[in-house]
Amino acid sequence: MLTQTTESSADRPPLLEVAGVNKSFPGVRALEDMRLELRAGEVLALVGENGAGKSTLMKLLSGIHTADSGTFALAGQPLRITGPRHATELGISIIHQEFNLVPHLSVAQNIYLGREPRRGMLLDERRLVRRASELIERLSLPLDPNAVVGKLTVAHQQMVEIAKALSYDPKVLIMDEPTAALNDAEVATLHELIRRFVLPDTGAIYISHRMEEIRRIADRVTVIRDGNYVDTVDVGSTTTSEIISMMVGRTLAENAGPQGVRSGREVLLEVTGLSTRAARNTTQLKDVTFDLRAGEILGFAGLMGAGRTETARAIVGADAVTGGVLTLRGRPVRIANPADAVAHGIGYLSEDRKRYGLLLDKDVKTNVTLSALRSRFARGGFVNDRAVRATARSYTESLRIKTPSVDQTTKFLSGGNQQKVVIAKWLARDCDILIFDEPTRGIDVGAKEEIYALLNELAEQGKSIIMISSELPEVLRMSHRVVVMSEGRVTTVLDADEATQENIMHFATLRPDENARDAVELGLDPAETGAETGAETGAETGAETGADERLADREGGA
Amino acid sequence: MTSTRTPARGSLGSGFVTAAKGRLQQLLAFASLIVIFAFFSIASPYFFTYDRFVVILFSTVVIGTLAIGTTFVIITGGIDLSIGTGMALCAVMSGVFIVKLDLPLGIGLVATVLFGGLMGLVNGVAIAVLKIPPFIATLAMMLVAEGLALVLSDSAPIYFSDEPGYTKISTGNLIPGVELPNAVLVLIVVAIIAGVLLTRTVLGRYTYSIGSNEEATALSGIDVRKWKIIIYAFAGLFIGLAGIMISARLGSAQPATGMGYELQAIAAVVIGGTSLSGGRGSIVGTLIGALIISTLNNGLQIMSIPQEWQSVILGCVILVAVYTDILRKKEA
Repeated sequence: MLTQTTESSADRPPLLEVAGVNKSFPGVRALEDMRLELRAGEVLALVGENGAGKSTLMKLLSGIHTADSGTFALAGQPLRITGPRHATELGISIIHQEFNLVPHLSVAQNIYLGREPRRGMLLDERRLVRRASELIERLSLPLDPNAVVGKLTVAHQQMVEIAKALSYDPKVLIMDEPTAALNDAEVATLHELIRRFVLPDTGAIYISHRMEEIRRIADRVTVIRDGNYVDTVDVGSTTTSEIISMMVGRTLAENAGPQGVRSGREVLLEVTGLSTRAARNTTQLKDVTFDLRAGEILGFAGLMGAGRTETARAIVGADAVTGGVLTLRGRPVRIANPADAVAHGIGYLSEDRKRYGLLLDKDVKTNVTLSALRSRFARGGFVNDRAVRATARSYTESLRIKTPSVDQTTKFLSGGNQQKVVIAKWLARDCDILIFDEPTRGIDVGAKEEIYALLNELAEQGKSIIMISSELPEVLRMSHRVVVMSEGRVTTVLDADEATQENIMHFATLRPDENARDAVELGLDPAETGAETGAETGAETGAETGADERLADREGGA
Repeated sequence: MTSTRTPARGSLGSGFVTAAKGRLQQLLAFASLIVIFAFFSIASPYFFTYDRFVVILFSTVVIGTLAIGTTFVIITGGIDLSIGTGMALCAVMSGVFIVKLDLPLGIGLVATVLFGGLMGLVNGVAIAVLKIPPFIATLAMMLVAEGLALVLSDSAPIYFSDEPGYTKISTGNLIPGVELPNAVLVLIVVAIIAGVLLTRTVLGRYTYSIGSNEEATALSGIDVRKWKIIIYAFAGLFIGLAGIMISARLGSAQPATGMGYELQAIAAVVIGGTSLSGGRGSIVGTLIGALIISTLNNGLQIMSIPQEWQSVILGCVILVAVYTDILRKKEA
């Protein structure tokens, strides 16, 4: 339905053009010679793995960051975006993945935040509500302008964001993962809105991991990888697996693949039917089931928001669960809080070391001995400082933690050495199961190798390791088996020899509903079939479903 | 202390520097104490005497005891507003146990201290289990204690006239030949015990850990909820002790005298370099902070500066003390 407009606009200058853009952050080259071309009247999908540079590109377009070099042009006119406000004035509206809403204010107040209609010195609340009502009506959104935003469902909050973005009458609408929190019916409604927005002189950029949605809504798709532009293709003439291989087409690190098989080993931990309640900003776990063997590195792959961190936090009792059984060495165990988990020998190393892993203003020896303080370093409540010091020294030596002394405050250590301090803490506690969440995030290449060697060594010693990682080469290189998650469910468990970047990405982008699972069993490409059936049913339900039904759908579908 | 015993290594020098940096606020506080002392000694001929020195120490006892207990709470990142009126309630309880119920002195004293611990326990449960913010939970306890003190005493002082041993706790002289009231000895002993607990035990280490990063501490497998309750209950013991010390000094339990002490105690803790955001602080610092406050009060009194101005000056001292701490942290 959109092919006509695409053709007619082909000879005009593109609506939005990004060319030769470079952007570096200290130590990281985020974007290199980036290109992007949005034609008038089209929906352009932007895809790439985690860390490919999508968010950086968004931040350049919204004026949060400034490019090191390169050009931007809107309808042929060169652009210099100085800030988020300037971007909206120029006609570029961006809906970020994380909402920018004030929960205590009403829908109308949120939409016009910062540009409230006034009468003299006072706010004109009546005109505010009237304007918001007109906007909401024009967009035919099921919103009450007087409702308090914090009390709305996530889907309705998303609509407030959209109304806010469209209230500026933008030429270009950019959406970052707009459907992450929506169910099928809500997605269809959103797509309907996008289609109505895209006129011959406007365009939309749609960032998503979900291939079926991209097939449904987008005309063309631009693939980026490791900060580089890969290609832009027509969605109609490209298969999903072609797009995926463009996304991951990266050569593997050398000496790939773990040594030896672990299938014969004893099952140490069985997780069955782990589920959590739906909550803001976290992914709801649905029936997460897998097992962990002794001496095994079990990789956890998935896209952002797949529920991997949530799984780890649920296992160690950091977040409440609504269902599920943990079986440790054949016996069911109850873990209500992290103290229970540690007592059972399960340690969790968070992806956010600074927030959840370290006492940053305390020294190395205090951090290393924190977890084992009572069991190993105290008698009658008194801390044996000499033992604390000696143990900390021995770990700084064996793990090669670069620090002037064990009295050094941990905030002054490098990322890699901080990570080693956290690892030392769990080794001192003698845990059998270690859950590493993004063990090499923010760590330079040399230190990464050392962490890898350490993980292998620990597994050789018989420790069981769960390694959550968003870097596929890392997952493939380290894991004996790979658990792939998508949207709070386990979509597959792959052995090392059957795991490839392509099939991990395939299972990571799967919408794990019933149809998709059936399709996998039948050996079909579920993304392809999902796209076709979804396009038809989606359009119908979207047009007909009212607000209340959508709400019911959301709760029922969740 | 251990660093002197460890063999000389490359790490010793840097370890010493870190330790010195950590002590800087205490050194600064101590230097200000000396300066204040010197100032009053020059300004007033009656100031620099042994008697005056003892008087200042003696008047530090109540605030010092409260401040030492609340140092633990503040290092966890919490606050306790109930220590002032809680102290008055404990003083009344001491009167109830010893005068009204006629319990033996020793048992009455222990019961009073434990009653303070009970108040702390209630605070701890409200904060750690019910998740009520410390400011609110202890504000509520402050009001409850204020009212209960009046109710249990029928709004009248309870006199310990039949128990001559009671005032000896404060004004007696245990060490023959040295003119040092027992109250000062109590403060010294309590400070040493608290200092050892804070620096040498699991309780102290967890107090710092919780204040430094509560989430990381919990994920390290430490039952933060349990330890918070323990710490608040432990700090409560000092409220009970302060209740004894103040009523022993006055020879009576005054049900309406507590309000205001909590802010003086918190001021002492803050001047002593303990961070209200948690994770940092020391007993020595708190003691110096308490001494600064009582030296100021005493010196200004001698110089015949009206009481009203004493509060103004104390307020300014707090601002200056905390601001220098902020400056120091910026440099580091």
